[in-house]
Amino acid sequence: MKYKTDVVVIGGGAAGMAAAYRAKKEGVDVILLERDEDTGGVLNQCIHNGFGLQYFKKDLTGPEFKEYAKERLEDIEILFGTYVLEVRNDRTIIFVDRRGIHEIETKALVMATGARERHFNSLPVPGKRITGVFTAGLAQRFINLENLKPGSKAVILGSGDIGLIMARRLTLEGIKVEAVLEIMPYPGGLERNVQQCLKDFGIPLYLSHTVTAIEGDRRLEKVIAAQVDYKWDPIPGTEKEFEVDTLITSVGLIPQTKPVDFVETDPGFLVSNTNQTSEDWIFAAGNCTVIFDLVDYVAKEGEKAGKYAAMYAKGEYKKGKKVKVRKGENIGVIHPIYIDPTQESTLYIRVSKVFDRANIKVLPLDVEVIEDEARPPEMIVVKLKPFDENIDEIEVMADELISKLG
Amino acid sequence: MSSSQNLVKELTCVRCPLGCKVKIEYTKELEVLNISGNKCPRGREYAIQEISDPHRILVTSIKVKKGKYLLASVKTTDAIPLRLFDEAMKIIEKLEVEAPVKRGDIIIKNFLETGTNLIVTRSVERL
Ligand SMILES: Cc1cc2nc3c(=O)[nH]c(=O)nc-3n(C[C@H](O)[C@H](O)[C@H](O)COP(=O)(O)OP(=O)(O)OC[C@H]3O[C@@H](n4cnc5c(N)ncnc54)[C@H](O)[C@@H]3O)c2cc1C
Ligand code: SF4
Repeated sequence: MKYKTDVVVIGGGAAGMAAAYRAKKEGVDVILLERDEDTGGVLNQCIHNGFGLQYFKKDLTGPEFKEYAKERLEDIEILFGTYVLEVRNDRTIIFVDRRGIHEIETKALVMATGARERHFNSLPVPGKRITGVFTAGLAQRFINLENLKPGSKAVILGSGDIGLIMARRLTLEGIKVEAVLEIMPYPGGLERNVQQCLKDFGIPLYLSHTVTAIEGDRRLEKVIAAQVDYKWDPIPGTEKEFEVDTLITSVGLIPQTKPVDFVETDPGFLVSNTNQTSEDWIFAAGNCTVIFDLVDYVAKEGEKAGKYAAMYAKGEYKKGKKVKVRKGENIGVIHPIYIDPTQESTLYIRVSKVFDRANIKVLPLDVEVIEDEARPPEMIVVKLKPFDENIDEIEVMADELISKLG
Repeated sequence: MSSSQNLVKELTCVRCPLGCKVKIEYTKELEVLNISGNKCPRGREYAIQEISDPHRILVTSIKVKKGKYLLASVKTTDAIPLRLFDEAMKIIEKLEVEAPVKRGDIIIKNFLETGTNLIVTRSVERL
């Protein structure tokens, strides 16, 4: 079948749902393509609360956030079970579903394809490939959607939010969590999750620790961990053995940009404050651009991408001027990396070390933000007003604010 | 009374994702002397509860018969004492409902006499 529309959104997670909703509100025709049988993406398996406080002004669980967002999509064409094969430069999109192969001609596109999990096998750990090693997202799907238990005793590698949330989930399901290991000297997830997922249940967190080997015949039997030095090399004599049948790895998410391969990425889509990529007609939002820790940010970005994609389809927004945003001292992540100075922007920043009081500056603009206890896992949000179009680069940096009182 | 006998706890408020660092100073008799760091009154309430009887929202799933999904996620409508989690999970494990269920459906009223309800957070259609 052949379709024709103004805006196509690929991916129906938090970002894609918000993009489709907002594009439709701007008065254009929208088609949303989702690979699964339902929208929501990772929200479906995140049954814990802590979603939507800023966006819906309510503390929701993932599935509730999904349903709230989906209820706003009633007059939008959503095609489920669709897998996008190809996005062509001539603005056609080829996808398959049970009925066959189809083509859509569009004016603008929003990519909202989320992220995939980095796999344990990509880490340099000796040991055979045996059963009992799962990524956290897979274990989460098993437990929360398919009613399956991955094992009876577990070690979790990685203390990002997904790892922490899984530690609590496993414990409540009667699976003993012997330890959470973190290679960095500080926890990878939000402080509140360290409290309510580990401390509440007395689960030990080993900082500066990693897995050095796994043992077992067919099924995992033992995980060996050790403390690491500043180069992440294991320190001899610090080994600890855990007799467990399950190792859950939560070692990071990688933005998914397939099947679009002709726009600038690193590793996610590189976008501007209007969510425009290096191709004028392609916009992107959510975890396929950079990994966000709050769904509220993802949904806001999705709306913005939908708004500008719709304006582009209507001919009201063209190729924006691009001012480069440079990562200055002590900045780990900055998003977006381009700014169209005629429009407002929201910068998402991760510092690269732990601060007591960070002073974040945007140069040469006169913008300064002070953030208490800034840590790499928590994104800092800085809003910018439109600025002088003659500035051709801005720089974001952070330094420790030394209090005059000592 | 000398101040050296007072206790200080540095907490992370879990009432919302802002995760304020709340510092509470109190006596052994749990008399609150000072609370700081909270960006809203819920943080104060949280800190007081945290030193005496920590409360959390419980989130988990129940089995669903004849539904599009095998499980419906559930939560308590408000935080319940953490010390009741084991008992609560034993009850929830045995529950099974028949589809359809809708977001907000009450599964157990006044769960464990806590004054909160156990409600559905994922709608599950009938197959
Ligand atoms: C375990 C975990 C816990 C979290 N906890 C919290 C929390 O407590 N509070 C909070 O605010 N945030 C939390 N987050 C973050 C937040 O949920 C996510 O950042 C957000 O939901 C990501 O949305 P997304 O739309 O970018 O991606 P996704 O949800 O991954 O959506 C991508 C969608 O695109 C579809 N798709 C991908 N490729 C294709 C294709 N080629 N064709 C068609 N469809 C495709 C996928 O099926 C999926 O539906 C958590 C995230 C995780 C993983
Ligand atoms: S004190 Fe208020 S604002 Fe701060 S984390 Fe708690 S509920 Fe949120």
